[in-house]
Amino acid sequence: MLTAVIIPTVINGLLMGAVYALVALGLTLIYGVLHIINFAHGALLSAALFAAFLCFRYLGLDPYVSVFGLAPLFFLLGYGLQRFVIGPAAHGKDSNILLVTLGLAVIIENALLYVFRADTRTIEVPYAFNVVEFAGSFLAVPRVVGFFAAFGVAAALWAILSLTDIGKAIRAVAKEKIGAQLAGIDVGHVYAVTFGLGTACLAVAACLLIPSYYVNPHVGDAFVLVAFTIVVLGGMGSVPGALLGGLFVGVVESLCGFYLGESLGQIGIFLMFILVLLFRPTGMFGERA
Amino acid sequence: MNSRKILPLVIPVAALAVVPVFVHSNVVLNFMVIALLIALVGQGWNILGGYGGQYSFGHAAFFGTGAYATAILQVRYGVNAWPAFAIGIAAGALVGAVIGFLSFRSGLRGSYFALVTLAFAEVLRILASVAPITGAGVGTLIKLDLRPISFQFQSRAAFYWVILALFALSLLIVRVIENSRFGARLVAVRENEDAARALGVDALSVKLWAMTISAAITAAGGCFYAQYFLFLDAGIAYGPWISVEALLAPIIGGLGTAFGPLLGALAVKLLGELAKFVTGDAPGLDLVLYGVVLVLVVWLAPGGVAGLMSRISSRKTRAAHG
Repeated sequence: MLTAVIIPTVINGLLMGAVYALVALGLTLIYGVLHIINFAHGALLSAALFAAFLCFRYLGLDPYVSVFGLAPLFFLLGYGLQRFVIGPAAHGKDSNILLVTLGLAVIIENALLYVFRADTRTIEVPYAFNVVEFAGSFLAVPRVVGFFAAFGVAAALWAILSLTDIGKAIRAVAKEKIGAQLAGIDVGHVYAVTFGLGTACLAVAACLLIPSYYVNPHVGDAFVLVAFTIVVLGGMGSVPGALLGGLFVGVVESLCGFYLGESLGQIGIFLMFILVLLFRPTGMFGERA
Repeated sequence: MNSRKILPLVIPVAALAVVPVFVHSNVVLNFMVIALLIALVGQGWNILGGYGGQYSFGHAAFFGTGAYATAILQVRYGVNAWPAFAIGIAAGALVGAVIGFLSFRSGLRGSYFALVTLAFAEVLRILASVAPITGAGVGTLIKLDLRPISFQFQSRAAFYWVILALFALSLLIVRVIENSRFGARLVAVRENEDAARALGVDALSVKLWAMTISAAITAAGGCFYAQYFLFLDAGIAYGPWISVEALLAPIIGGLGTAFGPLLGALAVKLLGELAKFVTGDAPGLDLVLYGVVLVLVVWLAPGGVAGLMSRISSRKTRAAHG
């Protein structure tokens, strides 16, 4: 009886965790290279969810189709933000980056609030309530798609980082910024590409989420603290850490929600977050700062 | 502390104190009360962030604790508003000391510190939105009783003088800190913590005291909020809006200056009113403007309004001498 409830709870947690991992992947990538915490991450996710919503409502594009347009678009958005706003505004000081990304978060979130009001919206795709059976539990198709797509994106990201020239440049800048600069790498460009990749992850996450989720101007907030938790837990800047951390947090949230109820399920995440920050700020996979 | 250091504080406060004598418009007074409230909350942030260099993104934790303590003591336990106000400040300071102890002892700095303060404020917000003692989703209502003994006043002017007095007190505290050994140590920690420690500064205790004082001042703002609006819910008391306003005011006004939070609060609130006037009462637009101003100030005017003013005045003196 107990396992009959626990197993589906855990599996659903894993499915949700994969999408969390995708959001966290963007955050950890940006942190790993630029060494900044992007406080605008949640607001950008809200923006991506609205973009996917609008594509469906006004262009009739299924989110699984529009993702191929939105991901490049958000890459450009992220590239532009870092290259033309965050970079110049920060004057190279970490504390300034903190404030600039916070300012961007406030701008994006409230611009969405102004345009779309606080209403919560959903889209109706024909497959929203389809289920597949696995290990005795019924799983929503969009969640299953999200799970596998998230791993696909992680693999693609890994391929970009390890096989392409720009990937090598990104890793070089992450390791040794000045050395990379001396070797002729355009650090400003690499920073912006990294920020773009992180933002593109959000667009993918948004398209995977929207069929089974909802959108309102503050929806990103819930995800971003979860993503922070994952990134801290998995080690700042660690890609495998983000994946495992995401799955773990998804399961914890699912179990906490099951035992404590929805609103307290989130408390479990925050408490875990605070505990990890206080006692193991380098995470499970991170290196000593 | 001598009169030369106190006088520059007295003149602006005295000028502000006579405002209600000439202005009777409730709209203007209400505007000034809110601006001074944000200035007070921002002054709390300024002590930790401006003088100590520790950027908190969760000052709502102290604001909300002060506000809820004041309200709940009155509503649930029948405590008089004045002692409730004092206990509210103490409760906020205590929360500040606990969060500060936990995070500074673990060596959290920079963005990690910002993150953990944000998380603490969010935990408190979620707890307050489900705990029965805060009225959960319904919120807490303080009974209307317009008598000074209940810390409620018939006239806006009285509220105005109360918040002005609180802000003046915070100015005095900042000025005392600026001229004390503690202040020198605090600034040393901001400029280079490792170097300060090498010189024998106990960085942990300095930051902890700064956080406690900072939290107490911000909590006083929360207590005042409760008495002025007589209503609280989790989103008001612990919501991110107050954390943002708390840091916006000193950063826009001038980080680490005594009058920065007041200049910043006035600038921000004027801008908000202007936006409302131009576009009508649209939700979100004033905050969009605040965000734009925050980015622009960090980008173009790192010293804030105070920095701009001193730059202009030094240019004038140079022009006069040259």
